[in-house]
Amino acid sequence: MKPIPFLIAASLLAITNPAFADILRVDAGADAQSRLQAALIDAKPGDTVEIGAGRFELTDGLSLDVDRVTVRGAGPGATILSFKAQKGAGEGLLITADDVVLRGFAVEDSRGDGIKSKAANRIVYYDLRVEWTGGPKASNGAYGVYPVESTDVLIDKVTVRGASDAGIYVGQSKNIVVRNSIAMFNVAGIEIENCYGADVYQNIAMHNAGGILVFDLPNLPQKGGHAVRIFSNRTEKNDTPNFAPKGNIVAGVPNGTGVIIMANRDVEVFNNVIGENGSTNIFVVGYRNSFTDAGYNPLPSNVSIHGNMHGRAGYAPGPQFEGGAQMVAAMGSVPPIVWDGTGNNIRVTDKVPTLSLGLSDPKDRATSANPKIVDLGTGPEPASLQAIALPSSMEAAIR
Amino acid sequence: MKRALAAMAAWVLLVSASLPPQVDDALILGDTLPSSLKAFNLLSGPYGRIPNGGVTSYRLNTPLFSDYAEKFRFFYVPKGKTIAWRDDDVLDFPVGSVLVKSFGYPADMRKPDDYVRILETRLLVRRETGWIALPYVWNADGSDAILKRAGLRVDVSWTHLDGKPRTISYAVPNVNQCKGCHDNGANGLGLIGPKARNLNRDGQLQALYSAGKLDRLPANVPRLPVWNDPATGSVEMRARAYLDVNCGHCHNRSGPANTSGLWLNLEQAPDPNLGIGKRPTAAGRGSGNDDFAIDPGHPERSIMIYRMQSLDPGIAMPELGRASVHEEGVALLSQWIAAMPMKDAVHP
Repeated sequence: MKPIPFLIAASLLAITNPAFADILRVDAGADAQSRLQAALIDAKPGDTVEIGAGRFELTDGLSLDVDRVTVRGAGPGATILSFKAQKGAGEGLLITADDVVLRGFAVEDSRGDGIKSKAANRIVYYDLRVEWTGGPKASNGAYGVYPVESTDVLIDKVTVRGASDAGIYVGQSKNIVVRNSIAMFNVAGIEIENCYGADVYQNIAMHNAGGILVFDLPNLPQKGGHAVRIFSNRTEKNDTPNFAPKGNIVAGVPNGTGVIIMANRDVEVFNNVIGENGSTNIFVVGYRNSFTDAGYNPLPSNVSIHGNMHGRAGYAPGPQFEGGAQMVAAMGSVPPIVWDGTGNNIRVTDKVPTLSLGLSDPKDRATSANPKIVDLGTGPEPASLQAIALPSSMEAAIR
Repeated sequence: MKRALAAMAAWVLLVSASLPPQVDDALILGDTLPSSLKAFNLLSGPYGRIPNGGVTSYRLNTPLFSDYAEKFRFFYVPKGKTIAWRDDDVLDFPVGSVLVKSFGYPADMRKPDDYVRILETRLLVRRETGWIALPYVWNADGSDAILKRAGLRVDVSWTHLDGKPRTISYAVPNVNQCKGCHDNGANGLGLIGPKARNLNRDGQLQALYSAGKLDRLPANVPRLPVWNDPATGSVEMRARAYLDVNCGHCHNRSGPANTSGLWLNLEQAPDPNLGIGKRPTAAGRGSGNDDFAIDPGHPERSIMIYRMQSLDPGIAMPELGRASVHEEGVALLSQWIAAMPMKDAVHP
C-alpha cells in the first residue's frame, strides 16, 4: 500500500473524526426569536446552527459573533426568516465574525437591510434568498445582502428582490466574488462600492432601475475603488422606475441602465449580455456631487469595455438621465454606451456607438454638454486584470 | 479527621453569617456564566438596590439615553487593585473589576425617585481574557435576577413627563447587542461611560484617588458638559457631549459604524465626517429624502434629526435601545444645527 500523502490523511481525519463540532438545531414554532438567537450565541467555533424548514416569525434582528460557524437552512424556499414584525435592529441578520458560512435560507421583509456582515472576513453567502414580499417599494430595506469592511467575500446563488437601494451590495471590502446570483426589482441589482478587487460574473440583473454598479464615494474609510471585472452577466430589461429615497447615491441611477461605472479605476466590462435598458446599456461617469476630501479621485480611469453583446438601449431614458429626451429627439435614442467625457483611458471596442457627453468636469450639467459619437477603440489595449482567487476553504464550504 | 472537618465547616458558616456579604472574586475571575446575579454578591436588598461592601455607586455628566429608563451605576474593583488613569479614553479598570448598571422606571417620570421598578441589571465583567457582558432580568419578587443572554422584550408603562401614560416594548439586549455598543474596535468588548471627563463631577475622581482606587489624578481634568444643563456649557458643547456619549461609541473611526464615514465622537473635527454637508452612504430610507446628515441651519432637513425622530427600525438611530424618541435630545441637536451658519456651497 502506498503511503497516504499527509494532506489527504489530514482531511480523512477531519471527515471521520468531526472533533468537537456540534450541530445546534432550531425548529420553527413559538418563541423562535429567543431560541434562534440563543443558538447563534451558544454556537462554538466549528459548529453548525441548523434551522429547520418552516416560517420563523422574528421580532428583532438576529446576530452572530462567533468565528467559523455555519448557519444552514433547509433551502431558500423552505426555511424562511420573516422579519415582518421586527421591532428593533438595523438589519435582519448581522454577522460580525470571520469564516462564517450562510446557506439555504431566506430572509423576508426586514425593516432595514436583509443580511449584513461587517468586518467578517472570508464570509460565504450561498444559496440564499432575501426578499421584500410586497414588491419594489421605497419603504423596503436598503440592501439585501450587505458585506462591508471585509477581506474575501463570496456571494454565490443568492437571489434578492425589492431592495430600496442595492440588492447585492459589497462595500469597502477586498477580494470579492459575486456569481450565479439573481437581482430583480431592486433600485440597483448588484453594487460594488469602494472596493478593491472584485469579480462579478454569471449573474442575472433584471427589472431593476440599474443592473450592475461599480461606484466610489468620498469621505469613507476605504476609497479609491479599483480592479473590478464585470463579465458573463445578463443585465437586461432593467425597467423598474427608481424608487430609492432621495439623498442616496443610487437615487440618481437612471431608470433602465445596464451597467454604471463611477469614479473607479481598472475596471473591465466584457462578454456580458446587455439590452432592453431604456436609458443606456453602459454608463461611465465621474462623481457628480461637490465634496471635501483631499484623498478622493472623482474620475474614472482605465476602463475597458469589450466583447459585450448589446440589445436595444436608450429608447426611454429616465428623468434622472439629463439630456436624455433631447438625445432621443435628435438621434432617435440614447446610444448603448455613454461616457460623460471625464477621466482617462476609457477604452471601448464593443461594436455599438459610444456617446461622449464631452464634459470636462463631472459636476457640469449634461444639458450644457456637447455630446458626440466617439471612437474609443483606438488606444493601446490595457492589460487584463487578474482573476480573483479566494481561500480554498471558502470554495470547499459550498461543495 | 471527619470531626475536625465538620467543626471547621461549622466555624466557616458561623463566621460567614456574621460578616457583611463579600463580593465573589472567584466567580468574577472564573470561566462560568453564572445564571444568577445574586451569586456575585455585588448587590443586596430587593432588586439589588443596595451595593455591598467594595461596590461604589457613580454618576456621569452626560449619560446614554435608554428609553427614559432611570439608571443606577456601580463599579467594583478587587481589593489591592487600582484603576489606571487615561486622559481621553475610558479609565482602565483592572482584571477582576465589574461595572454594574440597573435599569428601571418610576411610576411617574415627574417623580423619578418614587416607586422605581427595576427591570434588569447588566454586568460588564473584566476577566483575564477581557470584558464579558452579562444581562440579568429581575424575577417578579426582586429576590434575584436571571441571566438572559439571548435578550428579552418586556412591556413597560409609566406616566411620562407630560403627564400622559406611556407604554413601550422595552428591549433587554442580547450579548451580541451588548457588543454592538461596547465594541472596543479590536474584536472585544470595552467600556463606554467611565471616561475621566464624564466621571468628573461631585468629587468622584478625587474620592477614588484618595481611596487608593485610582493610580493617579492629574490637575485640570477636563469636564464633559451635562447635556441638559446650560450652566455647564454652550449649546454646541452640550450637543457634542450628547453625540459623543449617545453615538460616538459606534460612530467613530474604528467603531461598529465606522464604514458610514459619519464620526460623532468628541475628538472629531467639524468637517464632512462629523456630518456637516455629508451625503448618506448606506442609509437607505434612513435618509428620509434629505441630502445631508447635518444641513447647517436646517435641522428640519438634516438626516441626523430625521433618524433620531423615527421609531421605525429601518430608520431609527441609535439602532438599539430606542423604543422612544428622546424629545429633549432632539431639541438640543436641532438647536445646535439651526445655529450653524448656512453653507450655500453644499446646496447644488
